[in-house]
Amino acid sequence: MTVPIFLFYAFAVISILGSLGMVLNTRNTVTSAMSLVVTMVALAGIYVLLEAHIVAVFQIMVYGGAIVVLFLFVVMLLNLSTDEFRPGRQRLVKLGAMLLGLIVLAALLRVLTTALPAAQPIPEGFGGFAQVGIALYTDYVLLVEMSGLLLLAAIVGALILSKRKID
Amino acid sequence: MLTEVLIKTLFIMAVIVGAFTPLITWIERKQSAMMQDRIGANRADIAGIRMIGLFHPLADILKLITKEDVVPLGANRAMHLLAPLIAVVPALAAFAVIPFGGVYSFGGKELSLVVADPDWGLLYIFAIGSIATYGTIMAGWSSNNNWSMLGGLRASAQMISYEVTLGLSVVGVFMVFHTLKLSDMALAQDSSFRLLGFVEVLFGLPLPAWLDWLRLPSWGIFLQPLGFLMFLCTMMAENKRPPFDIPEGESEIIAGYHLEYSGMRFGLFFMSEFIGVVVIAGLVATIFLGGWSIPFLPQETIIGVISSVYGTGFATGLCLILHVLTFFLKVIVMIWLQMALRWTLPRFRYDQVMDLCWKVLLPLSIANVFVTALVMLLIQGGQA
Repeated sequence: MTVPIFLFYAFAVISILGSLGMVLNTRNTVTSAMSLVVTMVALAGIYVLLEAHIVAVFQIMVYGGAIVVLFLFVVMLLNLSTDEFRPGRQRLVKLGAMLLGLIVLAALLRVLTTALPAAQPIPEGFGGFAQVGIALYTDYVLLVEMSGLLLLAAIVGALILSKRKID
Repeated sequence: MLTEVLIKTLFIMAVIVGAFTPLITWIERKQSAMMQDRIGANRADIAGIRMIGLFHPLADILKLITKEDVVPLGANRAMHLLAPLIAVVPALAAFAVIPFGGVYSFGGKELSLVVADPDWGLLYIFAIGSIATYGTIMAGWSSNNNWSMLGGLRASAQMISYEVTLGLSVVGVFMVFHTLKLSDMALAQDSSFRLLGFVEVLFGLPLPAWLDWLRLPSWGIFLQPLGFLMFLCTMMAENKRPPFDIPEGESEIIAGYHLEYSGMRFGLFFMSEFIGVVVIAGLVATIFLGGWSIPFLPQETIIGVISSVYGTGFATGLCLILHVLTFFLKVIVMIWLQMALRWTLPRFRYDQVMDLCWKVLLPLSIANVFVTALVMLLIQGGQA
């Protein structure tokens, strides 16, 4: 077993364990958020193995560093006690989740049983900042601008919602 | 290859953990004492030899290791034990991408004085720094203490806010040096530019030749002065030392997130802050102060002059040693500056820290990006 393959399995196991720890832990919201961090970091490791360095770095910076910190911030601020999220109430949600899980499982099985195409060699400079930047600002410039507009609208909305008096 | 990486890692660990971090604990006490007209720590001695208090770091470490490690009742034990490690490891790992020397060739074999040199070096530091936030938050939450909890909450709010400005404040540097690779940034600063060169480029006025002597090393601090100030300020805020010690807030929330820690686990938090000081110094030295480069003496010049007398191998080796020494000299200067700031400025209030981030630094950093882009557009092809 070569080193990258070993690393892949290690990260894969860690990320699966992390996500299981997040979902199955119904008693403690903070530890479940920390499991999410573990999953995110392990996923970033897998991205590095796939030569997608920029995705890996942003995975850690945005998901690991910012979003889950915000989750934790909210969870700690509310300081919920354990019995406020008693399991076994939301039947409809459970049913929907199970259905969705079955669909995903079926899709995965289908992908796994069909033969995968042969691996292509990685193009020069793949996943580097120059390539991603050029792609973003030429082919996908409209999408970038649109998401920028969306974020601006979200920021203004958040400001208006959080401000008691608009002056 | 692997042995080379291991040797470089061991070297940098020995310098940072073995020399800089213990020395800084002593320097902090001595420098603050000098600034406050006191004598400072000088009592620790071995067989009567005091060495101006240089044994104090040793005494501190011995004391911290032998102290009892208390886990408070009702604390989340696993998290409480894990939190200091989460805080200290990213601080140490950040040094992997900071180059402490250039690239030297010995008889056709290249030696690059940086442990790992990815294209995304600077972003790696930001990413790993954002992981360090969890150490603080976990410590605050797991201690089962309201003061600690407040400290953890404050830490998460402060770190998230300052991470935004941290990235934006160096975008100007990326633009100027056309890279995010730290070794390339240091290499790009191993030159100089004409101070009045922009006059020639912008207005087409030919300059007299003697004005060519009016040069500055093309360091980040001269090309991005505002970026330097903002970056230093933001990094110090990320490191949570006074004047940005909101998560600790000794006068408000006792000691904040590490209130319930004792012994070496408290020592680890302490250490992570001091390692953070060294990381900031190394990073600022690399991005803004030319890294390992010696002003006005590019690598080729040094090697060229010395090798004409003593041969290339000796010249390259000497150049390597000079560059490493220059880098650590710059690091020491930056550490001194941080210490001086820490003991000069009064600490901010919580709302002042937040206002500084969102109302001053963020707009300024965005403006800095635009101005840099404009200037670069105007003098494209110019020397600056």
